[in-house]
Amino acid sequence: MKKKNLLTRVIIIVIVTILGLYLVIGPRHRPHLKDFGWSGIKATLASNIHLGLDLQGGSHLVMRVQTEAYLKRLTTENYVAAQNIAKDNNFEVKGGGVESGPGNYRFTLELADPSQAKAVKEAVEKKVEVGDTSAWTYSQSGNQIGWKMTSAAERTLADNATTQALNIIDRRINALGITEPTLQTHGAQSAHQILLQMPGVQDPERVKGILKADSRLELVHVIGPGSPSPPTTYPTETEAIASLNSGGTIPPNRRVLPYKERVENRADGTKDPKAEKPMQYVVVETPGIISGEQLRNASAVQSQGGGRDDFEINFSLNKTGADKFGAWTGSHINEYMGVVLNDRVESIAYIKSQIYDQGQITGRFTQKSAEDLALTLRSGALPASIEYLEERTVGPSLGADSIRAGVRASLVGLALVVVFMLFYYRGAGVNAVVALALNMILMLAGLIVFGATLTLPGIAGIILTIGMAVDSNVLVFERIREELRSGKTVPSAVDQGFNRAFITIIDTHVTTIISSLFLFVFGTGPIRGFAVTLVIGLLVNLFSAVYVSRTIFIWLLSRKERVETLSI
Amino acid sequence: MFQILHDINLDWLGNRRWFITVSVLLMLVGLGSAIFRQATGRQAFNLGVDFKGGTVVTARFKQRPGDEAVRQALDEKGVRDAVVQPVTDRPDTVLIKVPLIEGVDGRAQVRDALNKFGKEAPASAELEADPGASYKIVGTDAVGAIAGAQLRNKAIAVTLAALVGILVYIALRFEWTYGAAAVIAVFHDVLVTLGFFSIFQIEISLNVIAALLTLVGFSVNDTIVVFDRIRENRRLHRRDSLYKITNDAINQTLSRTVITNGLVFLSVLALVIFGGDVLRAFSLALFIGVVFGTYSSIAIASPIMVWWEQRIEAANRQAALSFNQPRVIKATSPAKTPKQIRTS
Repeated sequence: MKKKNLLTRVIIIVIVTILGLYLVIGPRHRPHLKDFGWSGIKATLASNIHLGLDLQGGSHLVMRVQTEAYLKRLTTENYVAAQNIAKDNNFEVKGGGVESGPGNYRFTLELADPSQAKAVKEAVEKKVEVGDTSAWTYSQSGNQIGWKMTSAAERTLADNATTQALNIIDRRINALGITEPTLQTHGAQSAHQILLQMPGVQDPERVKGILKADSRLELVHVIGPGSPSPPTTYPTETEAIASLNSGGTIPPNRRVLPYKERVENRADGTKDPKAEKPMQYVVVETPGIISGEQLRNASAVQSQGGGRDDFEINFSLNKTGADKFGAWTGSHINEYMGVVLNDRVESIAYIKSQIYDQGQITGRFTQKSAEDLALTLRSGALPASIEYLEERTVGPSLGADSIRAGVRASLVGLALVVVFMLFYYRGAGVNAVVALALNMILMLAGLIVFGATLTLPGIAGIILTIGMAVDSNVLVFERIREELRSGKTVPSAVDQGFNRAFITIIDTHVTTIISSLFLFVFGTGPIRGFAVTLVIGLLVNLFSAVYVSRTIFIWLLSRKERVETLSI
Repeated sequence: MFQILHDINLDWLGNRRWFITVSVLLMLVGLGSAIFRQATGRQAFNLGVDFKGGTVVTARFKQRPGDEAVRQALDEKGVRDAVVQPVTDRPDTVLIKVPLIEGVDGRAQVRDALNKFGKEAPASAELEADPGASYKIVGTDAVGAIAGAQLRNKAIAVTLAALVGILVYIALRFEWTYGAAAVIAVFHDVLVTLGFFSIFQIEISLNVIAALLTLVGFSVNDTIVVFDRIRENRRLHRRDSLYKITNDAINQTLSRTVITNGLVFLSVLALVIFGGDVLRAFSLALFIGVVFGTYSSIAIASPIMVWWEQRIEAANRQAALSFNQPRVIKATSPAKTPKQIRTS
């Protein structure tokens, strides 16, 4: 090898080492001298490397899914649907209502003509899912017909809502990039509680807000004349209800929702703080055209021509949603459509032309609130709201003593490896130890760059990495010895040794990296934690055990004109 | 130059019947234990809180003992594998998670163990109000599994996909028989380890799963080192039989095998001995994995690969003869251009 080549190699190695070292022990703020003292480095390490629940502990949150609200909504939805079907079939319905409370979820229809009861029942049960007698019991008294949820169905539906909430929270945690939480049901089954433990996060309040965000999205038809007249709004709720001409009550196929018109920015893109519009009310048709379940994607984007703090959310619909939406918009050109979020109208727009699967939510969003909302929309709406019952911080689940014992044992193991390599391979052993040290520094740097959380499974990945790193060195050294025994000169033995062993090292590393990538992409929890450290470690090892180790040999050989012996 | 092993010439493949017999026996014993336990209404594996769920008991102390002391007290009363987690924002409180056991009241179990530290305050009284009491259980909640059935199935599917990835890569770089032999060896290692966990009813937690993945990595790594040498030798000594070449390859890589695996073995042994009780299941899985990962690349992967290749060769020869044509040895022809990559 030529001197120039050696110089390039050394420069690359020095730069990578310094970068890696700084990533690991360098503070993320402007460094002071005291950051590089013993306690400074220790503090920096603790803030740079995120330790998981098992090694450091974190927050312990118990939450409850408000299943009563979910069951009430379900009953109300069925009530509205039943009313509409009765009307569509030209049965006269004078009124009706919904009752809700534990053990009593029911809705009734008050018929003008009791003799029609059977016909209404049949028509309703054909379209609405209340015909299943294991879930709903039908009853009639006079001109009142009603359906009551059975207690078995109440239990199943509430349990399903809890499971669904658990899945959605899981998705939101993943989307937030919180690694290795534990999520489990908590308390008796009928308590509908969820226990979340997660390692320390930067902004716990934001995480809690996102986890409990309802994010119920609906696209609805706003009642009133279409464009060019402006959308029909009312200054008060009473006026809105009065406009319905139904004697002060809201008919089941209508809803009155609050709406605050968006303030357009001034010409220079800034907000006018005084131009706050008053709260208004609009009448919308229910059920809506599209609900959040039919979303395919949602993302936060900066509004066109808007200022830095002016964001909106672009969303797209899935196949069923797009079909429905396309059909509706096609037949309602020039009418007004509202985007409703958690029972508040965010924006109103008129249908210019048929739309299929794209839409926007414009409102009063900052970048952060738009991104958080998009995240919760993507993960799906919670079936019912969530309340936090208990919040604590907890210590490491492995226990501080066990961690200390584990660290001690690992150090013993590591010392064993170092002593053996130095004893058995002499000079070359130094190569191996340098390579190993560099491997560990760069692996930690990699973990920090990817923001990975270190847990016991991650440490298993590190153990495997160290094993394979030692193996790479042993493979090379044994091969060099073999070549020396067969009578080759030192430089050619080193060359051959590296070349031959390199093929093996590539094969072992690529195989393991391929399998770990599967684990990383599709795995969850501990499987993923294991794969992250392993992939980083092995990639680093190709550099440290092959490139760096070889460079040290090249440097040794370049010091003399003729090298006859090698300490290996 | 100090050398442990030098010019070894052992006939490894000659012992293949012994190896296979021992392995099959080991797997059968483990499998037998799992099936027998399952059939007699006990659990095939001792699955921990992570998989089964359990009970979380919240206990408040006047003077909280150390986590290790609490764990020991539980251990003495036969409650193994409990998770003891201090509540850091309430220093007098500790969370104790015990795995679900059919017909056993988790709260009573914990109370029984905690009585070692003194009397429990009665349910009606505050802990501070009772001068004779030293702790009080303030909460008992059932918790579900962290890794429910859905998650477990997904983990298994992902691991199988990873193994297919290994198989395909080895098949591309070597022959598909090599890939299949390597994956069979890995299965063997996992089965033997799981058998061990079933026989001794050691708790399987999510961490043990990570250890199993680690042993898959070790085992494949070891197998590839031997296979790589076989590939190289086939190029250099085209006249030699695959049997001899494989034996030579194992012998040539033996010093590396002993050094690398010896070092890993010792490190993991250190973890087993000094790593403490909580990590014991994890380190034991690693330990057994290292032992059998080493064994299987020599005793399982290589013989299976040789046997398979020989059968293909024989079948080809048969086919060639029956067509009364000159001998063409296709699949295993050493004349085939070896796959090679260059070093930097």
